[in-house]
Amino acid sequence: MSAPALLRLAPEDDVAVALRPLAPGDPLGPEFAGLVLREPIPLGHKVALRPIVAGAPVRKCGVPIGRATRPIAAGEHVHVHNLASAVLVNALDHAEE
Amino acid sequence: MHGAIGYLRADGRVGIRNRLLVAYLVECAHHVARVIAAPFAERGVELVGFSGCYPNPYAQDVMDAVCTHPNVGAVLLVSLGCEEFDRSRLHRTIAASGRPVATLVIQKEGGTAPTVAAGRAWIEKTLPELERVPRVPVSLADLVIGTKCGGSDGTSVLSANPAIGRASDLLVDAGATVIFEELGELFGCEEHLASRAARPELADELRAVMAKARRYYATMEHGSFGGGNITGGLTTVEEKSVGAYAKSGTRPIQGLLRPAVRPPAPGLWLMDMIPDGPVLWGYPNINDTTEVVELVACGAHLVLFSTGRGSVVGSAVSPVVKICANPETYRRMAGDMDVDAGRILEGRGTLDEVAAEIVAVIARVAAGEPTRSEALGHQEFVLGYKHFAPLGPACFPRPAAGGRPAGGRR
Repeated sequence: MSAPALLRLAPEDDVAVALRPLAPGDPLGPEFAGLVLREPIPLGHKVALRPIVAGAPVRKCGVPIGRATRPIAAGEHVHVHNLASAVLVNALDHAEE
Repeated sequence: MHGAIGYLRADGRVGIRNRLLVAYLVECAHHVARVIAAPFAERGVELVGFSGCYPNPYAQDVMDAVCTHPNVGAVLLVSLGCEEFDRSRLHRTIAASGRPVATLVIQKEGGTAPTVAAGRAWIEKTLPELERVPRVPVSLADLVIGTKCGGSDGTSVLSANPAIGRASDLLVDAGATVIFEELGELFGCEEHLASRAARPELADELRAVMAKARRYYATMEHGSFGGGNITGGLTTVEEKSVGAYAKSGTRPIQGLLRPAVRPPAPGLWLMDMIPDGPVLWGYPNINDTTEVVELVACGAHLVLFSTGRGSVVGSAVSPVVKICANPETYRRMAGDMDVDAGRILEGRGTLDEVAAEIVAVIARVAAGEPTRSEALGHQEFVLGYKHFAPLGPACFPRPAAGGRPAGGRR
């Protein structure tokens, strides 16, 4: 039996977390039937479980962890390129952009 | 905790280590203190200190608390001579605690070499005295345990942090005192925190310190969130906060501390490490070690330290138990890790099993077994400048007769 691939921490979550490094085409198990990875997802990183519109809150563990900065497709890697904090943005990180 | 025999101090607290500290009171005395301590590294002599030349009540309080910590048996103070740190007050505080103490002033001793010779002679004379500290059995109820994370990643919330949370509940239920902190990593958790306050007036205090934390980090334009977190899969400080909050378990929050204020009763406590007043002197905590030092100053005998990316730090005063969230990191850095929590991700264990293992490791470390960071000689210590206003009465339980103080027998 292969180890589980993804974990959804709360039923209402928009994202699941990779329990090992994943690549497009990897089987994700019955809980994630229909979800197709669009890109590699490193261990501990997030994948969108459904389409998310720009500006919408993104939920993990049942709580908002920020807002989508652009439309996110199901199966896409969710990270700093498409999700931003609603609380604090580090000015120095911004300065490098 | 079968077999753990601690060191009974005059104030009634019981230590799980019997260290002799060499403390520099300004950066100009740091080298001399390090040279004094170096030959005794294998004999329980550790280096601590404060770099600043200008006085700071917070730093003075932390040094008082560290030098009279139950894991400490004796202290040698090393002063240059012209710094503004109040060495006389610190010396008096240590002496009043019943511990052997000496102060060497480099400018009076005649410079580096004479101070090193005098310091080493005092340590040689004092180490045998430490052997005569009364020994008593230690139970979990005698212990104050700090929790913190460093080098968090996307695995932290899945394994190490919730396992620490369950261990925290087990410890509280066994009568121990547990302290969590890291207010800069509790954003979005404010109402959860408030709902766990042991008293209604404490809930308002918890909301107020979290509002202070938001203001402080907003002014700094930088949160407790960095590039390593991002590489590890965390995207925002709210996301990191969910993981950090999981370390606190589920028990009621008894009150609010600040660094160098000891919890007056057992149970779960939150340490507010965000300075009061206008933003001064920079980030609330410039690195993980400053927070470990603050937990130690609150009396923590031992610190549970969760890491995903792979931290190696220890502490000069209290053993640090490293709980690794990420199975890849564990395989790469097993020599620095005390608990493999990442095995949960690979189906080789459950949160409850790892929580029970954490409590078992605490018992072994309290009985004298060195943590990985201790065995590797880690003795990190950093102390900077801060300002704190006194804590209000809402932060503490109303006085009750016959209560048992935290981490002590009187």
